[in-house]
Amino acid sequence: MSTASSSAAWKAGDVVPDQFPAGLRVLVVDDDPTCLMILEKMLRTCLYEVTKCNRAETALSLLRENKNGYDIVISDVHMPDMDGFKLLEHIGLEMDLPVIMMSADDGKNVVMKGVTHGACDYLIKPVRIEALKNIWQHVVRKKKNEWKDFEQSGSVEEGDRQQKQSEDADYSSSANEGNWRNSKKRKDEEEEAEERDDTSTLKKPRVVWSVELHQQFVAAVNQLGIDKAVPKKILELMNVPGLTRENVASHLQKYRLYLRRLSGVSQHQNNLTNSFISPQDATYGPLSSLNGLDLQTLAATGQLPAQSLATLQAAGLGRSAVKSRMPMPIVDQRNLFSFENPKLRFGEGQQQLSSSKPMNLLHGIPTTMEPKQLANLHHSAQSLGSMNMQVNAHGGQGGQGDSLLMQMNQSQARGQILNESTGSHVPTLTSSMGQPVLSNTVVGGVLARNCLAENGMTFNDSHQNNSLQSNLDVGTSVLSHQGFSSTQRTGQNRNISAVGKPMFTAGDTTDHVNAQNVGPINTFFTDNSVRVKSEFVPDASCETNLFPEQFGQEDLMSALLKQQQGGVAPAENEFDFDGYPLDNIPV
Amino acid sequence: MEVGQMQRTWVEYTKSLFMEGFLDGQFTQLQLLQDESNPDFVVEVVSLFFEDSERLLNDLTRALDQQSVDFKRVDAHVHQLKGSSSSIGAQRVKNACIAFRSFCEQQNSEACLKCLQQVKQEYYLVKNKLETLIRLEQQIVAAGGSVPMEELSF
Repeated sequence: MSTASSSAAWKAGDVVPDQFPAGLRVLVVDDDPTCLMILEKMLRTCLYEVTKCNRAETALSLLRENKNGYDIVISDVHMPDMDGFKLLEHIGLEMDLPVIMMSADDGKNVVMKGVTHGACDYLIKPVRIEALKNIWQHVVRKKKNEWKDFEQSGSVEEGDRQQKQSEDADYSSSANEGNWRNSKKRKDEEEEAEERDDTSTLKKPRVVWSVELHQQFVAAVNQLGIDKAVPKKILELMNVPGLTRENVASHLQKYRLYLRRLSGVSQHQNNLTNSFISPQDATYGPLSSLNGLDLQTLAATGQLPAQSLATLQAAGLGRSAVKSRMPMPIVDQRNLFSFENPKLRFGEGQQQLSSSKPMNLLHGIPTTMEPKQLANLHHSAQSLGSMNMQVNAHGGQGGQGDSLLMQMNQSQARGQILNESTGSHVPTLTSSMGQPVLSNTVVGGVLARNCLAENGMTFNDSHQNNSLQSNLDVGTSVLSHQGFSSTQRTGQNRNISAVGKPMFTAGDTTDHVNAQNVGPINTFFTDNSVRVKSEFVPDASCETNLFPEQFGQEDLMSALLKQQQGGVAPAENEFDFDGYPLDNIPV
Repeated sequence: MEVGQMQRTWVEYTKSLFMEGFLDGQFTQLQLLQDESNPDFVVEVVSLFFEDSERLLNDLTRALDQQSVDFKRVDAHVHQLKGSSSSIGAQRVKNACIAFRSFCEQQNSEACLKCLQQVKQEYYLVKNKLETLIRLEQQIVAAGGSVPMEELSF
């Protein structure tokens, strides 16, 4: 079990020793001593090197002390000191090792949670030795993907895009749910692969993505347009000496993953979610968690000015029947953005977000978001229904069957959803704003959608209007990104803190809904930065700009808004932060 | 008793435990894991299970004894007991835990208390059986024989 003796055989990424998988270094975490002992014995019988611990904290410190000392981690879901999923996330972010979850609980929701959190497998207790014999495949697969990503850093994005597009296509089909799940799984795997792209295994010098650097990145991405943002071009646009294409490529991947994670993960995060999401189905759950958390943070920071919420409400968010759920989506979106920003996971929508104040993002977008668009989103949301999770994950992916979503490519559907939902949610958001709505952001996309559906978003269901949708998408994605985006049309958002605010009021009749939601974004980001282990340090100091990353969203939002409104233009101005300018948010 | 006879008794007894549902296939897995490098594996695991379960049962008794019962906590304990009993193959204990959990969800104190009784009963039963089994094994080994695991053709 000591890693010290772990034979080199296994260490090489692509060289598989003869006795492989013998010597595989496994870390087992379970608070049940009986199970732990049995597992250890079984793993030893499989000729693996086993280290066992009964507390998650212990496991984390073991892993941190010895980053390359383990090949795979097996963890129980229910543990007293830390939730297994939280541990899973930490490991994924910090060490990027394959993690297998296990539990006596075999409920679908729990297993799904494992999937969305990035677990590479889920074992039901009692675990049989046969199940453990093959765990080495996860290690090989991950390494293989990692190398592949590394080698094709340039083409990876394209690959991603293609995959996303295909996934989108899946979504648009009627069997959204099925597709969504598939794509989600693919995305998770892709995520893993992407994340590993610049793990230490690659042994490349790490670039620290500072806030400024990230802003430049987002600006470049926005400028190019999410579909066209290839590392090479981003690199050229950024014009940062010493930055390599691989750095940009991996950063882009992470950003995307981050966005995806935002939408999918956040379950444990949000308190807010509870308030909002509770009524909604579980799908929102994971997202909301994120949102909730963010909102709280944002709220805590005082970023969520009540007024934004109020504004949103006033804007006429109410248009949607605003079922209690609605607020969630809005929030989520914000969270998404905020969360994403730090992580630099730009969804497709990101591009749109100009680095101009993130807050402004919403600013531009919501107005243009006509009810129709919202409705569209709504539709998308609806189709998402259970897909909520997906929506977030895919951000703009429109997979959910909504053409809207597809459109969202640019902007991360997530953001959009928020936008849409913002309309109706706004009123709700306000109330929720106090709470960490962030979780919603993640779900935001999804929620937004759903919310829309529920609230009867006044939007028309014409989600056929692609153009509308795209606008929406942009808006939402932008919003999501920014978390603020919703904030601000009215410039109220000012601080990203607004992130919490329903950014996307965009869809709503209120046009200005946008910014308001942004409120909690700040918190969101903060939260994200922690979770995402991104090198990217969110600019917590930016009161207006929650995080520089967020700007991207703003820009996106503004771009979106512009497009929608045919000239939303001043969105940037309205934003307090210097978000990235929304340049060409392709509608 | 001579070794052969002890071994036969052991086989019959083990089979009956499986037939009556006290133990399931998972226990066989444990038995198969035992080898020369770890000749007391089953005994060790079983002892660990006893210790852990008794602790959990005490916690459960205390938790259900409260004025206002914290069902989440109770559920967490039951969940763990379910996990460990299933890992060791104590089937009836595991099943009693499953029933217990559903009442926890319903937040039904009375039913939970009944379930706790049931779980305790099953636990003491299987504890008794396993202790007998282990004693038999130790006698066989002490008499110079070996435990005929291969005879368990389930």
